[in-house]
Amino acid sequence: MPNKISKKQTIPSKNDVNPAQNTEKLAQILQQFEQNYKKIDKRITICGDSGCLAQGSQKVYDAFKTELAKTGIGFCLEITPSCYENSLYLCKSGCQGFCAQGPLVNVEGTLYTKVRAEDVPEIIETTLRQGKPVERLLYVNPKTGKRCGGTKDIPFYQKQTRVLLADCGRLNPEDINEYIANGGYSALQKALNIGPEGVIAEMKASGLRGRGGGGFPTWLKWENTRKQPGGEKYMICNADEGDPGAYMDRSLLEGNPHAVIEGMIIAGLAIGAQKGIFYIRAEYPIAAQRVQKGIDACRKLGLLGENIFNSGFNYELEIRYGAGAFVCGEETALIASLEGSRGMPRPKPPFPSQSGLWGKPSAINNVETLANVPYIISKGGKWFAGFGTEKSPGTKVFAMTGKSKNSGLIEIALGMPVKDIVYEIGGGPLKGDKVKAVQTGGPSGGVISGENMEMPITYESLQQIGSIMGSGGFIVMDETDCMVDIAKFYLDFCVDESCGKCAPCRIGGYQMLQILKRITDGQGEAGDIDRLQTVATAMQKASLCGLGQTAPNPVMSTLRYFRHEYEEHINKKHCPTGRCAKLVGFEIIKTSCVGCGACKRACPAQCISGELRSPHSIDPNKCIKCGQCYAACKFNAVRRG
Amino acid sequence: MSNSSNEELNSIVDKWKDVKGSLVMMLHAVQDKFGYVPRSAAMEISSRAKIPLAKIYEVLTFYHFFKLTAPAKHQIAVCTGTACYLKGSQELIKALETELGVSAGQTTADGRFSVTALRCLGCCVLAPVMTVNGKIHGHVKPADIPSILREISKGEEQNAQ
Repeated sequence: MPNKISKKQTIPSKNDVNPAQNTEKLAQILQQFEQNYKKIDKRITICGDSGCLAQGSQKVYDAFKTELAKTGIGFCLEITPSCYENSLYLCKSGCQGFCAQGPLVNVEGTLYTKVRAEDVPEIIETTLRQGKPVERLLYVNPKTGKRCGGTKDIPFYQKQTRVLLADCGRLNPEDINEYIANGGYSALQKALNIGPEGVIAEMKASGLRGRGGGGFPTWLKWENTRKQPGGEKYMICNADEGDPGAYMDRSLLEGNPHAVIEGMIIAGLAIGAQKGIFYIRAEYPIAAQRVQKGIDACRKLGLLGENIFNSGFNYELEIRYGAGAFVCGEETALIASLEGSRGMPRPKPPFPSQSGLWGKPSAINNVETLANVPYIISKGGKWFAGFGTEKSPGTKVFAMTGKSKNSGLIEIALGMPVKDIVYEIGGGPLKGDKVKAVQTGGPSGGVISGENMEMPITYESLQQIGSIMGSGGFIVMDETDCMVDIAKFYLDFCVDESCGKCAPCRIGGYQMLQILKRITDGQGEAGDIDRLQTVATAMQKASLCGLGQTAPNPVMSTLRYFRHEYEEHINKKHCPTGRCAKLVGFEIIKTSCVGCGACKRACPAQCISGELRSPHSIDPNKCIKCGQCYAACKFNAVRRG
Repeated sequence: MSNSSNEELNSIVDKWKDVKGSLVMMLHAVQDKFGYVPRSAAMEISSRAKIPLAKIYEVLTFYHFFKLTAPAKHQIAVCTGTACYLKGSQELIKALETELGVSAGQTTADGRFSVTALRCLGCCVLAPVMTVNGKIHGHVKPADIPSILREISKGEEQNAQ
């Protein structure tokens, strides 16, 4: 039966689909998988996310294949009926989270860190044959000095609430059968049974807010789109993750693509769309491949296409690529890009829910938002609302990077104090004992300064201190990071990414950047701070889209908490952290210099003198403070400060 | 353009030309094949898919991902995402400038090396990160640059033998 949405321009009021029928197929797959899986004796899960791959996890995977073949232990690379009894399952998973300790290998719950291909024979002999752990590959808890057997013993994991990430680092992302066997696509069945209105009601009960940064209630976005007249509607997944220093969406798409696909199908059902589009960043080829593979597998099983589960619901998914434009994260710009044009935003209203892709009602959701959907539908909105706070329910994934001891992908229940995230999950700063600030929200966000470390992380609290939740960048900064320089870095990004359509963003951003460059170059003038604030206010009020409106945030936020740093740059022409090269001096430490001459060769001003194999020195009057000598020295003999 | 690449181009255009709003996808496919979008290819798309050349260049020049010139033999890219920036990616770019004489966004005169500043590779835990012909190098120090470049030249010589 075709979709019942009338061709006439009527507002859909009742559920347009029938309950799911012919669901035996999923049950069969589940049963078959379980039967095959019973034959598996042990499972070795190797992290295959980009971070671990870059650290050599593919070599580890290959070493397992060759070494296992040598030992004669039966193993399989996927779960099929042809798996032998008592064989090993060698599985490549998505991100397991503890990226800084990669490559990660999980053998039946025992987590091995920093595994090299050379370690594989010992793992096979000790763990697989003798059933004992390889002690030296276990993570050592720096506080107790004890080795940790599994994730439950590791402080990095203990304080987290891993819902989305649990499956992400466990399942084989390329095996739809395993996803189904773990309850996958049962949420879709349930969604068809409760109908679009039931789905929206469940989403409302969950209180899920957009994880892309804005925090708009997801159910409301869906209902607004659903209410619109007309049969042609579009569901769009924004996977154009452009925030520098954040990679949550990439990891979710690579690690559990089916959760996002299932979310997209349920969302399409809820808003009354027949077509969904993934807009994926072109720099993420592995993510795109896995999603495509997932879509193909769904089509084969009838989870996509016509008359899904005999319900009358027709739905198709396709992938479109972004092309490296940060502004395309803005909904109307993303739509322009999908229409094959420059990704330039347009004024709202009309909102995409009224007039989106090709002028049709469209809903756009971020990857993490959609990944939450199957869990909410399966377990209920109330279950989800049980995590987090009243106004910011649920869990949130962050990419913790920068100067913390532990870095990686984390998931916490919202409402957790910043200091717990930084000091307990993150293990504190890399050097020293104090974290200077945490940056959230990327180029649209701001800093959480030391004085706000007790604050619980919620949408509201972050907004109150002048930052935003953002998509999940969580960048830890220490005493060596200059706040003026960071503000300049983010503004430089926004100026480069400004599409140029509206004057406040195009001109305002440029002018602010010129002032900041002047300040960090030692040319700051009295009144610069006021000028920054004036231009920033104009940009915030008058820019066309979110990019321009939020571009001044990093400057305003650092000004609010670190104004003294700005003043020191301007008034004393000094950078307290030594980060701004033009505001520091360079000096060669005689006792550390071996006289290799590397600095002398690198110096473009020819102000370094000294004989080979004897200590060199810098002429401060000729020095142009370019920092080349500092960069060239292999012996830490050049001091900057 | 040779006959075979012309055929490839035709098949790309034929695949996408009737799909609404597919210009970006078409240009992606062209860049995938040739490593960049040659002017001749842009003109061919314009005439076959009936898209004004101005519109094609409007799109090509808007998005950072599209390249209008042939890539260098060895492509070096330094990640300048926030984590890498904090951990010294600017110093890597400076060191590359010292060694190769070109700054980010440029190619050496002999066409052997190009240096690009990338936004974020999402490998933040390895910061600072740079890629050489797509291969990721993590925790790079400015002092490592000469040896990384030597490694490339050595590989080149071995290939020549």
